[in-house]
Order: sequence, then structure tokens, then C-alpha cells
Amino acid sequence: MNTSAQFALVDVNNFYVSCERVFQPRLHNIPMVVLSNNDGCAVARSNEVKALGVKMGAPWFSLKDLALLHGIEAFSSNYTLYADMSQRVVDILRDYAPDLEVYSIDESFLRIEQVLPLHGGGVALGRQMRQRIRQWTGLPVCVGIGPTKTLAKFANHLAKKQAVFEGVCDLNALSRPERQDWMAQTEVREVWGVGNRTARRLAEMDIHTVLDLRNTPPARVRERFGVVMERIVCELRGISCLGLEDITPPKQQIMASRSFGRPVHSVVELREALSAHVARAGEKLRAQQSLAGAVHVFIRTNPFKPDEPQYNASLLVPLPEPSDDSRLLSDAVWVALRKIFRAGFAYKKAGVMLTALSEARRQQHGLFEDTVTRTRDAALMKTLDHLNLHFGRDTIHLAATGTSRDWRMRSANRSPRFTTCWDELPSAH
Amino acid sequence: MPTLHQHPQTLQAQPSGTPLRLLLHRMSAGFPSPAADDTEDSLDLNDYLVRHKPATFMFNVRGDSMRGASIEDGDKVVVDRSLQARHNDIIIAVVEGDYTIKRLHQQHGRIELRPDNPAYQAIVLSAERPLEVWGVVVGVVRRLKRAG
Repeated sequence: MNTSAQFALVDVNNFYVSCERVFQPRLHNIPMVVLSNNDGCAVARSNEVKALGVKMGAPWFSLKDLALLHGIEAFSSNYTLYADMSQRVVDILRDYAPDLEVYSIDESFLRIEQVLPLHGGGVALGRQMRQRIRQWTGLPVCVGIGPTKTLAKFANHLAKKQAVFEGVCDLNALSRPERQDWMAQTEVREVWGVGNRTARRLAEMDIHTVLDLRNTPPARVRERFGVVMERIVCELRGISCLGLEDITPPKQQIMASRSFGRPVHSVVELREALSAHVARAGEKLRAQQSLAGAVHVFIRTNPFKPDEPQYNASLLVPLPEPSDDSRLLSDAVWVALRKIFRAGFAYKKAGVMLTALSEARRQQHGLFEDTVTRTRDAALMKTLDHLNLHFGRDTIHLAATGTSRDWRMRSANRSPRFTTCWDELPSAH
Repeated sequence: MPTLHQHPQTLQAQPSGTPLRLLLHRMSAGFPSPAADDTEDSLDLNDYLVRHKPATFMFNVRGDSMRGASIEDGDKVVVDRSLQARHNDIIIAVVEGDYTIKRLHQQHGRIELRPDNPAYQAIVLSAERPLEVWGVVVGVVRRLKRAG
């Protein structure tokens, strides 16, 4: 606990939409959405589209009439572009405060108490970051500042929603009555960590606004909701309980799955898809220096087409010993697939989950294990990851991954990879 | 219950994925080179061309309107958004929703985007058609095609 802490939360407004607009200036002020994998639902909306009442996650097919009427443009998600732009924003922020937690693709927490004096206070620092990110990347951001992460998040909400703040809200710069006034005006479900369901339960306790929650005794909240909610109340009171998570804890499971762009019928295509997934999962596994104890494989048809024959199966294959060898993982996938595959179905999704993870260094060797082979295998896997990292994904892959990749996700209207691909750079005359 | 296991030393002795590096200095037999510490240095075109990495983008040039500045059709240009555009800079500007590469002429209150090729007209900017700078061009990259 550190009461002198100060946090900033910087997030990009309508991130995916804003990325598209940086490289396609004609899209400014045009209502637009970015769609999820397989062009299913709206995962990012421009302000114009929000004003039309389109909700987050609305299926694109349900918007077609509205789109026609208002000229809404829809883009497939271009994750390559978004990841590159996200990295640029993080690089710029790190120059301001090296103590930084990338919370999601479009938001970062910064520890700023050390650097505040250098920049003349929170509002000045926030404006500088906002101005620089705007100029350097073309992306609009909002900055919220407060003595805890939860308050920084709340300040960010005000910066975004209340025009008076012009994109930067430092709670420390407000008077106590002003702060309480904003808290009284904001619904409790806007608090970080309070979902809609919790908000309904809080309403039963007559807690409706952020201020109501802040003024509830933490012990009373703990009785009903547990320690997590108690911590939120403490944080709203300015007692910092959550630090930056600069080291992400190793994941307990690693998942790789995708929906197919079109129905897949053959075991060969399923095997190709699953091999690609297990290759990616294997990379992640080795990157966090873990070993998998078991491989979980699942395949399923499209549950949203109830008139089609449905099939849905999964199988967990325990490995003879914990491993991070893509070839062994791939073999396990094949064993599982042969057992669960049934012909005559239109498969929509397939996935692999690596589970029962352990730390690579703590692994004990089996009595009959060949350590020479193991060392050579580890080197091979390392080389494989190294080549793929430096020369682009899929430079080298196991033969089972296949070469056709016909089952990849549908992205009918993806914008060019403007920043990462020589053949797709923006053109100037 | 005691368990049998081998000492896990072999695993830790695994070779690390050392990237290949070119040695840029001569080795004199017998003596270690005083420059041995510099073996990590190699020429990196990013270092040469990029000043502000998060603000630097590449554009593809179409047409010959900047031929006079030795920027040809198909060239890739390095664009730095962190720089404030000044008079005489070559810039990427947005005109009517499209990108154009021109030289910024900004004098006596008159702002023009000038081509570097007499075959083209300057674009005159005004209050109705304000200047919209996307970034400042700071480099050109071109691969030469070999005959045959």
C-alpha cells in the first residue's frame, strides 16, 4: 500500500476505428464500425454510429438496413495494424513514465508520481501525452489521473464523457466537492470491476452512484461481495491497493482456436487448422517457459444453424511427460482428432488448449528419458521460434500445418496492413 | 517416498538461440582485437533513416510530380510525424481525402503545395481548403532493378 502513489490511465478513443481513420482520411466524420473475426459483430464503433444507437457487439447482419440508410461503412478487423499502432502508443508513453502496465491493446496504466514535478502537474502531463500521441500517431487519447488505479480509471471515464475536461481529467486538480459531485453524477456500473450484474445487486443495497459506493463502509461491502469489492471501495477512497502488474503472471492454460471462414468437412483440413493452432500455442508456451502436461482438442459444428446436423466433441490427451515440443504436441492433437472426428458434419470451429502447465526449469527428468535427444529438441524448438519471430510468422512450420490455409477466418473488407507490409503501404501522388 | 531422477543439469546447458552477427573488424592473430567489444555493431538502415520510431511511417510514391527532388514513381519514402512542417519541407499532405507528396511553400501568408516537376501545377491552399499535414518526408528508399 502506498498513499503517495499517482496513476494515469491512457486509452485510445474508439481504438480500431481511429486506427483505420489515421490511414484513410476520407473516413473522418463518416459513420463506421469494425467487425469481429469472421465479420460477425461490431467490436468498435465511431461516435457517429454510437449516436445512431448501435450497441457494442451488435451483429452486422442486424445493422444492414441502418447501414444502408446512414451510409455506415464496415471494416474487417485488421489486427496487424492495430497491434503496430498500439506498440507505438506504448513506446511514446514509456518515454514519459517507464513504470507502465499495458492493460489492453488500447489502454495502459502509468505510475507517474515521480515524473509529475518534471511536467508541472497532472493536467499538464496529461495534455502533453495527449498532444504527442495525437501528433506522432494520429490517434486521439484520453487521460485520467488519480491516486489509485480505480480512481484513474474513473477519471478517464470523465475525461472521455465530459467535454469540459477536454480529454484530460486529474482528480487531484479538482476540489473535494467537485470530485464528490462527479461521483454523484456517475452510475456505479461505470466503476472498474463493477459489472452490470453487480450493479443490480448494489442497487438492492440502495447503492446507485459512484459516490454511494465510495461512502459505503468497506466491511459492509465485503460481507455481501467479498474482498475484491472491498478493495474497489478502498481504492475509490484513495487508498491504493492495486499496483502495476508489470510482469504478467504465466498463464495457467494456453488456448488457440478460430472459427472457420467457411464450413470445413474433411479431417485433413481440420488437422491442418489444429496443427497451426497447436504451433501457435506451442510458441506461447515456450515464450513463458512452461511445459504442457496435456493437450485438449475440440471441434464443433455451427450451433447457430440448428437445422444442420450438430456435432460437438472434445478430448483431453495427457502427454507421457510434460513437454514444450511442438512435434509431440502436434502428435497428441492428431491422436485426439482421429478419435473425435466424425464424417458428414460441417465444422465451424476447432481449437487446442494446452493445459496442466508447469515451469520448464522445475521439470524432473524421467528415469528412462534420453537427455541428449531432449537437449537437441529444445534447441530445435528454440531455433524454430527464433526464425518465425525474426523472419515473420510461419517462415518455418511443421509439415502437418499444411500450406493451403483455406480455412482461415473470413475478413472480406480488411484495410491494408499500412504499417507492416511493403506491398500495402499507403500511396501518395 | 524417495523418487529417482537424474540431475537436471543437461537441460540448463542447452545452447541458447544466439543471433548471427557479422564481424566488422579484422582479427589479428594472437592478440585480441581492441575492437572486440564492438562486434555487435552492424549497419542498420533503420538507425540511418529513422529518428523517431513510434512516429515514423512508410509511404509508397505514385507518379513523377516530385522528380526534381529525385523522388520517383514506386519509391518508398520515410515519413516522420513528430516533426513540425516548415517552409520548403517535402511533406505528405491530405488534400480532399487523398494523400499527396509535395514541397510545402509557406511565405508571406501564402501556402502552396508545390510539385518538383514543371509538368504539374501547385495546389494553392486557403481558408476554404486548409493545409492538412500528415507528416514530413525525411528519407527515400529505392531498390534498383538490374538489367536482364
